[in-house]
Amino acid sequence: MALGDLSSSSSTSELHVLAVDDSIVDRKVIERLLRISACKVTTVESGTRALQYLGLDGDKGSSGLKDLKVNLIVTDYSMPGLTGYELLKKIKESSAFREIPVVIMSSENIQPRIEQCMTEGAEDFLLKPVKLADVKRLKELIMRGGEAEQEKTSNLISPKRILQNNIFFFIIFFIITITIIFIV
Amino acid sequence: MELVQMQKSLQDYTKSLFLDGVLDSQFLQLQQLQDESNPDFVSQVVTLFFQDSDRILNDLSLSLDQQVVDFKKVDPHVHQLKGSSSSIGAQRVKNACVVFRSFCEQQNVEGCHRCLQQVKKEYYLVKNRLETLFKLEQQIVASGGMIPAMELGF
Repeated sequence: MALGDLSSSSSTSELHVLAVDDSIVDRKVIERLLRISACKVTTVESGTRALQYLGLDGDKGSSGLKDLKVNLIVTDYSMPGLTGYELLKKIKESSAFREIPVVIMSSENIQPRIEQCMTEGAEDFLLKPVKLADVKRLKELIMRGGEAEQEKTSNLISPKRILQNNIFFFIIFFIITITIIFIV
Repeated sequence: MELVQMQKSLQDYTKSLFLDGVLDSQFLQLQQLQDESNPDFVSQVVTLFFQDSDRILNDLSLSLDQQVVDFKKVDPHVHQLKGSSSSIGAQRVKNACVVFRSFCEQQNVEGCHRCLQQVKKEYYLVKNRLETLFKLEQQIVASGGMIPAMELGF
């Protein structure tokens, strides 16, 4: 769809976040936290629904559901059916979506669990209850990740240009020096 | 009652809920998410919490009343309730759920029954308190006043 192409190719500052949580209360809260942080939000209640939304469930017909590119996936860890960890694995296994940052949320601060998720490629691990400061920090992290791509090219230009300017002066100086030596 | 008096009553009442440990700072987080564009956010989330909790407590009662208690069914319910109560700042409910889970782990039926009673007690307490809080807010708004922002001077 043309609209979908526009939003994925333009450098809009609005992230589209897919939030996955089986708790209706937590879905409401995370949705508000994200919206107040100027993100577009889609919430689903399970890992299975998340895969359906992304079109990763093998059902070719469902890929048309998505009308906006997803820039970030935030998922609860403990969910019935597909856990957040299993969802993370499926996303990282897919060539279409492995580049999308995935953040895991959990009410339990279990170190092996955190390590397992980070090893599998999670961008970050948030401890519930999630606060506004967490979401703001996360958004900055993700935006910086996207901007870093653009900055890489623009940063090369300015220092390179400065170097080029300097070389120019050195060459002139050298020529003048040689000329003076010849005259003398 | 004068508007200023009502606003003071609301502030004092809210403060007491924090001092009693019924609510914790997560409730303040929710209040921060409320603004002119979403003026009923807190009451909406809390209403969802009440509906969800009623369902969970009902399921828990049924599960614990079985001849043979299936702790694999009981624990996820308690975990859910612990999560949602934590998300709205219902501290005492959350703490009661933590104790409940440890009895589930021990597969202690007697202990679990006691915990369920405790969780219900704390739940009805916070439900009652929050309903009163929302009534006070409604009275202020109906009188043309603004809900005062929570001062964290305690």
